[in-house]
Amino acid sequence: MMGGPWLFDIALGVLLVVLAIASIHARNLYAGVVMFISFGLVAALTWTYLGAPDLALAEAAISAGLTGVLLFAALARIGNTGSTPFTPRRLPALLCLAVAGLLMVTLWPLARNPSVLPGMAMANLPRTGVDNPVTGVLLNFRAWDTLLELAVLLVALLGSRGLRPTPEEEPVPWPLLTAWSRLLVPLLTLFGGYLLWRGGNWPGGAFQAGAMLAAGAVLLRLNGLLPEVAWRNPVVRGLTIAGLALFATIAALTAWLGDGWLNYPPGTDNALMMLIEIIATLSIATVLTLLVAGNKTELEP
Amino acid sequence: MTDTLLFYLLVASFLWAAGLHGLIVARHVLRRVIAVNIMTAGVFLALVTLAARAPEPDPVLHALVLTGLVISVSATALALHLGTAAFSTEKPEPTTR
Repeated sequence: MMGGPWLFDIALGVLLVVLAIASIHARNLYAGVVMFISFGLVAALTWTYLGAPDLALAEAAISAGLTGVLLFAALARIGNTGSTPFTPRRLPALLCLAVAGLLMVTLWPLARNPSVLPGMAMANLPRTGVDNPVTGVLLNFRAWDTLLELAVLLVALLGSRGLRPTPEEEPVPWPLLTAWSRLLVPLLTLFGGYLLWRGGNWPGGAFQAGAMLAAGAVLLRLNGLLPEVAWRNPVVRGLTIAGLALFATIAALTAWLGDGWLNYPPGTDNALMMLIEIIATLSIATVLTLLVAGNKTELEP
Repeated sequence: MTDTLLFYLLVASFLWAAGLHGLIVARHVLRRVIAVNIMTAGVFLALVTLAARAPEPDPVLHALVLTGLVISVSATALALHLGTAAFSTEKPEPTTR
C-alpha cells in the first residue's frame, strides 16, 4: 500500500496543511505572505497531480502571482501593527478539529458515488464545437455562471474604487527586476495568447489567459514601465465593461431571436464562444490589473 | 484509487478547519484574509478530488473551481482594500475637499 505514489500524495498533503497553518500563524507577517505564495504553488502542483491542468495554470497565475502582489501591497500599507502572535487556547482548536471530522464524515460517502454529470458533459461536447471539456462547460453548458462571474469581477472593482484612495509611495524598482520584466512580459503576453487560442482544444482558455496578461501588466506597473492604468482612460473603462456587455448582449439576442437564454444558434457555437473568450480575456485582464495595481490617487482633482 | 481520494478529502477538511481556526484566533486583517483564502483552497481541493472520482475528470467541477479562483482573487482584492481603508481611518491624513 505504501508505494511510491503514496509517498508523493502524503508529501503533497502534509506540505499543504503545514504551509496553510504557517501562512496564517507565522510570527512575521512577511514570512506568512511568502508561505501563502508557496502554498499557492503547492496547490497548483496538486491540481496537476489530480488531473486538472486548467486549474493549475490559473492557480499559479492568480494565487501565487496576483494574490501575492495584493498581500504584499496591503502589508506595505497596513504594516505589522497589531499582528502579535495569538495565545494558544484549547477551545477553538478542539472546535475546529471537530469541524474537520464532521466535514470528513460528510464528504466520505461522496467519494464512493460517481456523478452522472461528466458522462452527460462528454456526450454533448461535440455540439459545442470545442474539444476541451472545461471550456465547453464554462462557455456553453454553464455560460450563465461565467456571465455572472464577469459581473462579480466588475462589482468587486467598483467596490474597491468606491473606497477612499490611500496614498502610496511608489517604490524604486530593482534594476534586475526591471531588466527581467522586459524579457518576461513579452513571453507572458505570447503565452497568454497561446493559452487563449488553444483553450478550445487543450488546457487553457479565457481565465488563464486573462490572469497571465494581468500578471504581465502588474509586473510592468510595479516596475514603473507602464505609465498608468488610469480609470479616466476611456479605453480602460471600455475594456473593463466589454466582456460583460458582449456576453449580456449575446444572451439577450439569443433569448429574443433564438432558442432561449444563451442557447447559441446551431453552427455558430464555436465562433461565438471564441469571440466571447477573446473579449472576456481582455476584460478579465484589465479588471484584475486595476484591482491589483490600479492608480489609487487619480481620483483627486 | 478511492484511498487516495479519501486522503485528499481528509487534507481538504483539515485545510478548511485550519482556515476557520485562523479566522477565529487571528486578529490582524492580513492573517484573516489569508485564513479565508486557505478555507477557499480547502473547498477547491475537495471539489477537484471529487472531480477525479471517475477515470475521466469531471469538467463541471473543474469549471466551477476555475470560476471560484477568479472570484476569490477579486474578493481578496476588495477585502484588502476595505481593510486598508479601515486602517487608514485610524490615522487620518488631511483631505483636500
